[in-house]
Amino acid sequence: MTHDIWIWAGVVLTLFIFSSLYKDNPFYRFAERLFIGATLGYAIALTWHNVIIPKIVLPLQHHEYILIIPLCFGLLYFSRFFPKQAWLSRWPMAFAIGTGTGISLPLVIQASLFKQLQGTMITSFTFSNIVLLVGVITTLTYFFFSTEHKGAVGKIARIGIWFIMVSFGAAFGYTVMARVSLLIGRFQFLLHDWLGLIK
Amino acid sequence: MWNKILGLDRRWIFLLTAVCIILPFILPMGLPMQVSPPVQNLYDKIDAIPPNGPALVLDFNCDASTLPELGPMAIAILQQCFKKNIKVILMGLSMPGVGIAQAMLEEVKVKFPDKQNGIDYVLMPYVVGFGIVVLRMGEDIHKTFETDYYGTPLDSLPMMQGIHNYDQIALVVCLTGSVTPWIAFANTRYGQEIGLGVTAVMAPEAYPYLQTNQVVGMIGGLKGAAEYETLLNKNLGFEGRKTACIGMDSQSIVHIVMILFIILGNIAYFATKKRVSNT
Amino acid sequence: MRRAVPLRICLIMGIVMIIQFFIPHRYSQDFYTKVLDWNIIIGIFALVLGIQSLFHSEWTKVRRRRSGWGFSVVTIVAVIVVAAIGIWGGIGEGSVFIKIYRNLTMSMQATMFALLGFYMASAAFRAFRARTKEATVLLIAAIIVMFGRVPVGDLVWHKLPDFVEWILMYPSMAVQRGILLGVALGSAATSLKILLGIERGWLGGSK
Repeated sequence: MTHDIWIWAGVVLTLFIFSSLYKDNPFYRFAERLFIGATLGYAIALTWHNVIIPKIVLPLQHHEYILIIPLCFGLLYFSRFFPKQAWLSRWPMAFAIGTGTGISLPLVIQASLFKQLQGTMITSFTFSNIVLLVGVITTLTYFFFSTEHKGAVGKIARIGIWFIMVSFGAAFGYTVMARVSLLIGRFQFLLHDWLGLIK
Repeated sequence: MWNKILGLDRRWIFLLTAVCIILPFILPMGLPMQVSPPVQNLYDKIDAIPPNGPALVLDFNCDASTLPELGPMAIAILQQCFKKNIKVILMGLSMPGVGIAQAMLEEVKVKFPDKQNGIDYVLMPYVVGFGIVVLRMGEDIHKTFETDYYGTPLDSLPMMQGIHNYDQIALVVCLTGSVTPWIAFANTRYGQEIGLGVTAVMAPEAYPYLQTNQVVGMIGGLKGAAEYETLLNKNLGFEGRKTACIGMDSQSIVHIVMILFIILGNIAYFATKKRVSNT
Repeated sequence: MRRAVPLRICLIMGIVMIIQFFIPHRYSQDFYTKVLDWNIIIGIFALVLGIQSLFHSEWTKVRRRRSGWGFSVVTIVAVIVVAAIGIWGGIGEGSVFIKIYRNLTMSMQATMFALLGFYMASAAFRAFRARTKEATVLLIAAIIVMFGRVPVGDLVWHKLPDFVEWILMYPSMAVQRGILLGVALGSAATSLKILLGIERGWLGGSK
């Protein structure tokens, strides 16, 4: 068993959280709130050391006064604290949303639309490639709600449902895997790091 | 009887699940591990990076909730890089990711005490912006971060002297449990090769990018991490505890139990339904 | 003024950045990097605002003595203590700040999500029913993947892992791609709506 006080503290909090499996209790709620507070505290300290110092304080010390423009713009966010001037906080938001949208629009179209469509165009007629092409077309048809799913469209959409069920089944299988992995991680912590029962 | 089964207190199910996880730790089965093509591809891609040549970026776009899956991947990749003398830039697009990167680095460094900060690896600080950070790195990595995590200016670090943008980066490996901006921004705009280490939940969503080569290789979930550990152990030797491989026995047993739960639950459901319709 | 100016800023910056994408000139690149830098600086204030708002909600609970306010005290004390340790004690290797993060915060978060493993087991028993043909297909696919992605599946049938890989690489991927294409088209349309001022949700409710 470990003598590291930090691991002991981690174990106590782990057990507090696991105790909720039996029923809701104050120990669990204590750990939950402590977690929120510690995360927020972590964010504050990291923002100070990693963001405010190198991105604002140091450049200004090195006379990079051009930074004053985005700084003033950013400061407008704080107008939210004054209800009458709160509308000014929309300006930096508009800048961030406008530039963000403008930069990402062509890239997203290229990465998620053109490249993906390109990958769907089959170059050899193997069984797998045909499955892929049929799967994409029928799935898109299923999600196309501008036309009523009747007749040929209905039949194609019906095939799409089967594909979707296979995909969702696979996703579910993977989700089970992920959740179990998290549990395994915690039990390894308890049995290895704390109790030293396993290698 | 079936009604009784259906009404079983869920705490018994919790207990059974816990037992199924713990037992294989005490009585390991050592089941064989088959390596899947996406994992092999990522391993080969990193293996092909020349020693002391272009660097590898390891991004932790994740938080502690994904650590049991992504942690073993990070440790295996870092070990591979250190063994092959590949320079590594560690960073976190998410704020908790930086802390995790530091924790993983400290863990691996115990086995590689000769590896030095600023010469063999650099830990970058957190920078606000997510996708904007990825784009800015394509223009100038020094200007993006200014200093390393510990506050040392990047210009003064020997490793960073020859690294300015993606031209000097061989591969970016993003460890993530959610969306990643690397594909749309770094790959599409700068042609940067991307590898992924994702949680099992995210793995099916990443396959479309694998087929189009927008992602060169992928480690998916704890199983993927175990495959990577196996590959590393076979080719270069793995230092320390193979956490993912050890966990796979428990994973196998719990999956079998879950499948049995589904089957048993369905039998009980249809048996009681039939009885209700008969009466 | 209150709505028109931000709408215009958004439209102009959006269009300028789209045009910039197609101009690989040096000046265009310089402008682009400047905009990225400014975005990072502006983002810092949004981050600070986010942190403040979280802290404020906890503080309000304590001030108004709402139910469970005692637990909010725990949160506030934790925020102050961890932030103070980080700011004055440093965040370097071996610091108390990093020890708190590694041993307490990471442990708590990992355990909270690990609880889902137990709930998943319970749901597998109680909720997953093959009520329809479609649900049966979903369950069968799930069982195959659950079996094929663990080493024991390999022992049952050595080709099972390959078969699961095929499912993921073709039929499952086809659906994921279909969804991805839909999302891409949807996000492109939404982006245009934002730039053109048709979608104004981000401006908030007030005038």
